[in-house]
Amino acid sequence: MSAAAANQSEIRDLYRELILDHARSPRHFGVLPAATHSARGSNPLCGDSLQLYIEMHADGIINAVSFDGNGCAISIASASLMSETVLGLEADAALNYLANVVGRLNGTTDGNGIDLGKLRALDGVKEYPSRVKCATLAWHALRSALNNDPQSATTE
Amino acid sequence: MSMPNPAQQTRSEFAKVAACRADFPALAQEINGHPLAYLDSAASSQQPAVSIDAMAEYQRHSHANVHRGVHTLSHRATDIYEGARDAVKSFINAASRKEVVYTSGTTEGINLVAQSYCRPRLQPGDRIVISHLEHHSNIVPWQIVCEQTGAELLVAPINELGEVLVDELYALLDERVKLLAIAHVSNALGSVVPVADIIAEAHQRGIPVLVDGAQAAPHVALDMQALDADFYVFSGHKMFAPTGIGILYGKEHLLDDMPPWQGGGDMILEVSFAGTTYNELPYKFEAGTPNIAAAAGLGASVHYLQDIGMDAIAEYEHSLLAYLTAELQKIDGMRLIGCAEHKASVQSFLLDDIHPHDLGTILDHQGVAIRTGHHCAMPVMTFFGIPGTARASLALYNNRDDIDQLVDALGKAKDMFAG
Repeated sequence: MSAAAANQSEIRDLYRELILDHARSPRHFGVLPAATHSARGSNPLCGDSLQLYIEMHADGIINAVSFDGNGCAISIASASLMSETVLGLEADAALNYLANVVGRLNGTTDGNGIDLGKLRALDGVKEYPSRVKCATLAWHALRSALNNDPQSATTE
Repeated sequence: MSMPNPAQQTRSEFAKVAACRADFPALAQEINGHPLAYLDSAASSQQPAVSIDAMAEYQRHSHANVHRGVHTLSHRATDIYEGARDAVKSFINAASRKEVVYTSGTTEGINLVAQSYCRPRLQPGDRIVISHLEHHSNIVPWQIVCEQTGAELLVAPINELGEVLVDELYALLDERVKLLAIAHVSNALGSVVPVADIIAEAHQRGIPVLVDGAQAAPHVALDMQALDADFYVFSGHKMFAPTGIGILYGKEHLLDDMPPWQGGGDMILEVSFAGTTYNELPYKFEAGTPNIAAAAGLGASVHYLQDIGMDAIAEYEHSLLAYLTAELQKIDGMRLIGCAEHKASVQSFLLDDIHPHDLGTILDHQGVAIRTGHHCAMPVMTFFGIPGTARASLALYNNRDDIDQLVDALGKAKDMFAG
């Protein structure tokens, strides 16, 4: 395989079909009027900005989740995949996913046995240091929202 | 004696500019298995071998401090450093070498003028005028000095093409305005601002003008005496010289009246605890040991540009920009951002609804280097209602192959995102 062809397959490892699908048709996209928790995530250097909404049920379960804003394919797909993952979870379980996803992307953990499922589609981002912030943006917003942190989450 | 055929002359000048690509070692490499198509010179340009060599030669054989020693190396270093100043003086046709002040770059030059020229003069109610096109470095220093003094910052509007609305700019220029600061060429859009007309109009009203020439210096011939700008600032690294050096041109009588910007060695004549006598121009503004190696590189790059000829460079780039714009327009889903009638070397764009950062990554995989994002001109992006753009920018070493490679890579990005 030529260097250029090898390279073309590498870029496909970043923009996997699942990533492109979620970027084109993000799930749970929009405002959640009944949100009990909300936080903004922004990446000041590139201008990506997402607002995350969570409706927490009285029994501590994430009953509904949504996000809106704008960003690149990686940040939108990551937010969309996150929304599918945390829906129906308790806050602690959602934070456990967060620690695993962010840890894997930053190279600080290889996961601790948790089944990341579709979230493994984000693995290709690891090879692109300048894009890791795109993939972690929504997850930082998730932490802020669940912690009721009034400060907007930034990747800087 | 027969006159040269103008068409032939143009062709040979074109060939001379086109041939200079080989002078830039960084361009002769592959990136991700593709030849490098470097289309990000508006962010920072590549350096020709003669300039790299001048820096290395200085470091190897002539390094010492300037203006201080009586030994041979110090003389050599001083000659190189001051020789580069003379080269810049000639390059911009300044009336005197006293008007050519070294800075670390455009940003420092603007901050110097804001703090040394404006700050002592500004009163509450005074105004500084800029345009909506400006780079953050021609916005924030004025915001800071306005906050310090109670003066007000006013912004002249632009139109959908990315042109400054000159009549609306003139309407702002009343007796409250103490300085007009404006870009010569927009970094985000490439619009060429009619600064000569604007300076003449401002001067009729007694208003001095600072021109941010960072994006103009590598592309157009500069003539300070004809332009009549009061201050003109630019950076080495955007004109094929290294980072860490730039130039503040200022009219001598203005610089003379300004207090020093920083205190230290080299900017003094005599120091005692009772007081200090400042050095003469331009040294009054050059405190501390300067970036001598960068000056060596800047001097060599300026000679390099003069050998080719700025008019030939401008004409070559103009034709290349026309090709770039025409080729981009052929692509379905292409939205060009910034279509001013007069432009230099930059084309911003959006493709379908592909985010510029995704384009940047995909293009890099095909050897094409472009800039993506807000280009340090967030107000321009806000004006167009977009978070950022992809920006291809040209320099004298680019050619049609680079543009074809860009267009081909954009097609691949489209395919990937079409789904």
